Amino acid sequence: MKSALTTAVAAPTTFDAEAFERFLETRTEPDWVTQRRREAFAEYLTHLSVPDPAEEYRRVELRFLRPEKFAIAETGADPQSFAGGMRDDQGFGGRAVHADGASAHVELSDELKEAGAVFGCLTDLVNTHGDLLEPYLMTKGVDAGADRFAAWHGAFWTGGTVLYVPRNVTLEKPLHSLIGLSGEGCCDLSHTLVILEDGANAALLEETTSQGDGAGLHVGAVELFVGDGANLRYAQLQNWNTNTLHFAHQCGRVGRDGLLQWTVGGLGSKLAHVHQDVHLDGRGARGEVNGVTFSTGRQNLSYYTQQSHNAPDTDSDLLYKTVLRDKSKVVWRGMIKVEEVAQRTDGYQRCDSLMLSDEARSDSIPGLEIEADDVRCTHGATTGRVDEEQLFYCRSRGLMESEAMHMIVAGFFEKVLDRVNVEPVRAALAAATERKLGIGD
Amino acid sequence: MSTLQITDLHVSVGDTPILRGVNLTLNSSEVHALMGPNGSGKSTLAYALAGHPGYTVTQGSVQLDGEEIIELEADQRARKGLYLAFQYPVTIPGVKVADFLRHAVSNVRNPDRKEGGDLISMREYRRELYERMDELSVDRAFARRYLNEGFSGGEKKRMEILQMAMLRPRFAFLDETDSGLDTDAVNVVSEGVAKLAEEQKMGVLIITHHDRLLHYNTPDHTHVMLGGKIVESGGAELAAELYTDGYAGVRDRHPEVAAEADARKAAEPELAGVA
Repeated sequence: MKSALTTAVAAPTTFDAEAFERFLETRTEPDWVTQRRREAFAEYLTHLSVPDPAEEYRRVELRFLRPEKFAIAETGADPQSFAGGMRDDQGFGGRAVHADGASAHVELSDELKEAGAVFGCLTDLVNTHGDLLEPYLMTKGVDAGADRFAAWHGAFWTGGTVLYVPRNVTLEKPLHSLIGLSGEGCCDLSHTLVILEDGANAALLEETTSQGDGAGLHVGAVELFVGDGANLRYAQLQNWNTNTLHFAHQCGRVGRDGLLQWTVGGLGSKLAHVHQDVHLDGRGARGEVNGVTFSTGRQNLSYYTQQSHNAPDTDSDLLYKTVLRDKSKVVWRGMIKVEEVAQRTDGYQRCDSLMLSDEARSDSIPGLEIEADDVRCTHGATTGRVDEEQLFYCRSRGLMESEAMHMIVAGFFEKVLDRVNVEPVRAALAAATERKLGIGD
Repeated sequence: MSTLQITDLHVSVGDTPILRGVNLTLNSSEVHALMGPNGSGKSTLAYALAGHPGYTVTQGSVQLDGEEIIELEADQRARKGLYLAFQYPVTIPGVKVADFLRHAVSNVRNPDRKEGGDLISMREYRRELYERMDELSVDRAFARRYLNEGFSGGEKKRMEILQMAMLRPRFAFLDETDSGLDTDAVNVVSEGVAKLAEEQKMGVLIITHHDRLLHYNTPDHTHVMLGGKIVESGGAELAAELYTDGYAGVRDRHPEVAAEADARKAAEPELAGVA
């Protein structure tokens, strides 16, 4: 017999109260961190008893998620055993590798150290740079109370890359961050935290990867703080194997006349849901979001994007391009929110989908919520397929079928890749696209 | 010297027969005009020769220098030297003309090339491309534009001829290349075709309603298609007569085929657009 009353849902054994206390014992952290974890854990227990927000999760096939099959490791694989897809001829200014949420390897060039940049693993930096991080870590970006995934992450985060750039410092070389999972049952709850002081300028290129085919789990968060007049280029290329589950809350905040250029690549995972927020907080702030996804097999990728205009004269420009093959599914739900004060806002969002199969499915749902009266907001979504005539045209010029498909797909991504003015990201996405098309196999 | 021999060719689109026994032989350096009313099957012949998967050969043969080609895919035919200039060229968004054509040229000139194999040298290719663009009065800036995206009708047609000039086919089928072009453009395109026919000894099949393209490319042979068959063949004078007098005379001379064609058209009016 079902009770009409809300009943407490038992936490998964690997993330229940006992597991949480055991986890805390493995951590050496200042009190404020522990306190925030405890608050988040309380939220997590609460959220287990309430349905996930319908608007955001309705199309996400959460039945694949079995949290008890994953546990946080005390020791991870050797970080040096992971390789990513991004390369830079000029070399990266710094590199961080995180393995299984438990071990990390970080390098930072002397040049960047001297410039005052801080780059490292969150696990260490809460101890060494606590005063710097305390105002930012899950206080004004990602909210642990948002839903069960945010709370889960808030309670159990395991590390992740931190980048801090002082006022008016420009880092010429991009920094690279690689997050790896080594096998079945491994999980990564890494937290990426980037703080650019006023006038700072930097690029952080992040990617995820798996060793082998084992099912892993990522419950992550990204917080990006772009100060007044600062410029951050941030890219995250999600490239797990196709058995891994990926859940992420990601939030960027941009100050007065600041610029955030954010590229999201969705290639891997069996099931992914990303909640991506861009807040334009200062007058004249700009946010550019580029999304590239290519789903194959039975992958199910979901994106919930929000562009929040919280100040006047702010610009946001979001372009997602999704290619779907086989029986894969992609959901994009976009929202532009314009507060009453945010006059003369220019907001744009668009998602274009290219279907390579009749069995794939794409749902694109743009939305606007506008409180101000002097704004320009445009949105759009298109869904198309590679039609026979395009293919025949290419083939009549001597291109074999796979080569023609490759060209058509690359052409489809061209407009968004054109906007990604960071060569290692472009190159990694292009290479990943080729792999997805089965070229060279 | 090459020969493309079409024998008793029957072609269907879906379950509907369009071509009902076409016989035609093209030799290198020959210009053939193919005329006929809308829906008579001219474009179907061009698509079938180029290997469009939607056009099924149900009977007959197409031989290139004695080799049967109807089982070959469109790209294999292109590599053997066949070229179709499309009546309605297709847009490939995001793919630059220069990139597209460099792949095409590499494949056609090196028919054994596999995907990812070496491309024709950039320097050599660029020089040749610009030379051809200049000859055809195509602005060099088009090399960096996306293929046919935002091109006018005339620009698309010139792009077809530019591709032909770069691919140097043995046989080209020009499907109403002159329609939608202004006089200047027709002149440029016509000269370009004539030059290629001369230089490359290319055989050409020109499908047209007009005599403009034929003015520069005097046909050695003119064929009239009606109801999916070639019902008459002649010389340049036949093209001139058809242009002046229309197809009434042809219909009068072939009343049975004309009646059949009318009956089919009436039964399936949507086919008019297909063929």
